Amino acid sequence: MQKIINDPSCVVDEMLEGFVKANSELVSATENERVLKYKKAPIEGKVGIVTGGGSGHKPAFIGYIGKNMVDAVAVGELFSSPPAQMFYDAIHEADAGKGVAILYGNYAGDNMNVAMAMELAEDDGIKVGKVVANDDVPSAPRETREKRRGVAGEILMWKVGGAMAAMGGSLEEVIAAAQKAIDNTRSMGVGLSPCTIPEVGHPNFTIEPGNMEVGIGHHGEPGIEVAKLETAGQIAKRMCDVILPDLPFAAGDEVVVLVSGLGSTPLLEQYIFYGEVEKILCEKGIKVHQAFVGNYFTSLEMAGITLTLMKLDDELKECIDLECNSIGLTQYPKD
Amino acid sequence: MDKFTQQAGSLIVDRLIVAIQENKQYLSDIDGAIGDGDHGINMNKGFTLCREALDKQPGDFTYGLKTLGKILMMKIGGSMGPLYGKFFLSMGKALEGVDEIGRDEFGAALKASLDSIHAISPAQVGDKTLMDVLIPAEEAYSNAAAEGLPFGKALEAMDAAALKGRDSTVDMVAKLGRSSRLGERSRGVMDAGSASCYLILHTMADTIKELLA
Repeated sequence: MQKIINDPSCVVDEMLEGFVKANSELVSATENERVLKYKKAPIEGKVGIVTGGGSGHKPAFIGYIGKNMVDAVAVGELFSSPPAQMFYDAIHEADAGKGVAILYGNYAGDNMNVAMAMELAEDDGIKVGKVVANDDVPSAPRETREKRRGVAGEILMWKVGGAMAAMGGSLEEVIAAAQKAIDNTRSMGVGLSPCTIPEVGHPNFTIEPGNMEVGIGHHGEPGIEVAKLETAGQIAKRMCDVILPDLPFAAGDEVVVLVSGLGSTPLLEQYIFYGEVEKILCEKGIKVHQAFVGNYFTSLEMAGITLTLMKLDDELKECIDLECNSIGLTQYPKD
Repeated sequence: MDKFTQQAGSLIVDRLIVAIQENKQYLSDIDGAIGDGDHGINMNKGFTLCREALDKQPGDFTYGLKTLGKILMMKIGGSMGPLYGKFFLSMGKALEGVDEIGRDEFGAALKASLDSIHAISPAQVGDKTLMDVLIPAEEAYSNAAAEGLPFGKALEAMDAAALKGRDSTVDMVAKLGRSSRLGERSRGVMDAGSASCYLILHTMADTIKELLA
């Protein structure tokens, strides 16, 4: 195992320790060592934004803590949902009396743990609402969209929900905006090599050299098909062919494009891929309002890439354009 | 006397902890085939935390079950934390104030555990989850009890149904949880949750039979 770690069973705690030290101007630790919060949270008069999930996706989830973004995050073990206690404590850290929106991804464990945490928080008199991201197209057919898992589209959901909260939206308005964001977002990934959870010690699946796993999940869930590795242009076409008809995205639409490496795919390749995606969108008359390219939502050292598209309307555009500051995503004020 | 005391029952929790600790690798390996390979690690972490808590403050069967349940539910996360957390917590609550546990008391506790999982999970038989073990095991136990079989025989019926349930998951296509997204590709591999659920029920049956002997 080629990893720069100490004790394999302590990687999450040691990562958090380093993360807080390195980013002390933006985030702070809380009483619960598995909950981090925005230094200024809870913010008076603002709906709190909470998320959480398993570790191993850096900069997600804690990297999206920040100004006009996420207020508190529950941190799980590698690829494993945080327990109810951590979501519950995160809700408390984010609550300023105006309610808390929990915006997270569709995984069985997260669903159960968030449900229990929300019940406990409601008992304490905190208003809570949730939006469950389900942007990963290949993970279930369109008719059963509620079964799809949440992947990199979660970032755009946090961006929109965080912006709506920052602009003074009520809990209902924040929930509605975040729901609209994810309803207009579609994603897909391909994997080229697996990753290793340090405590497991070996890769938990294999991809033969020369092959790629089409539709791979963020935890190495095998995809829908194993295909021969293709060129960046062919992969971009393959992914657009799945994503575009699903919403559908059509000529005249304005979109946000988010390309994320899965961990060990260089930015060089990500930009080649993005260029191909933009070419296809341009041919179809779809206008790119903004593009994000980088390691936004990873799976340890997996190689591969995900493509996420969000269709904009005026409200979503306003939310995307609002300035924000977090380690994972910064939006400078638009001129 | 076909009963065991709360005091003696603490051995069951001790044995459950050992069983999970000894099978950490086995459970992770099964999980690795169609999941992410951390099932054994997370279970071991929860059960070991419970060992530490019980070493500091020992207690009877109910106390041990509730301690285990609370730790799994609040500290472990994933899907297994809440599911097994509810399982043990409900079993412990159902046995609260029962000094001597016999066939019917244990049956009621097992039923309470099953109901508590039904309340948070939609899983049914055939979905390739731990419910493929728990539902038929509880059914076999209550049927045996209804037929008037003694405690030990009811436990054997539960154990046999649990094993059969575990093995039945091999040929299933997952319908819930992370592996459900694999469709046909989840066939041919045992479900990790069903493996740990069998291990738990089997260890309970064996230890209770030993206490009754």
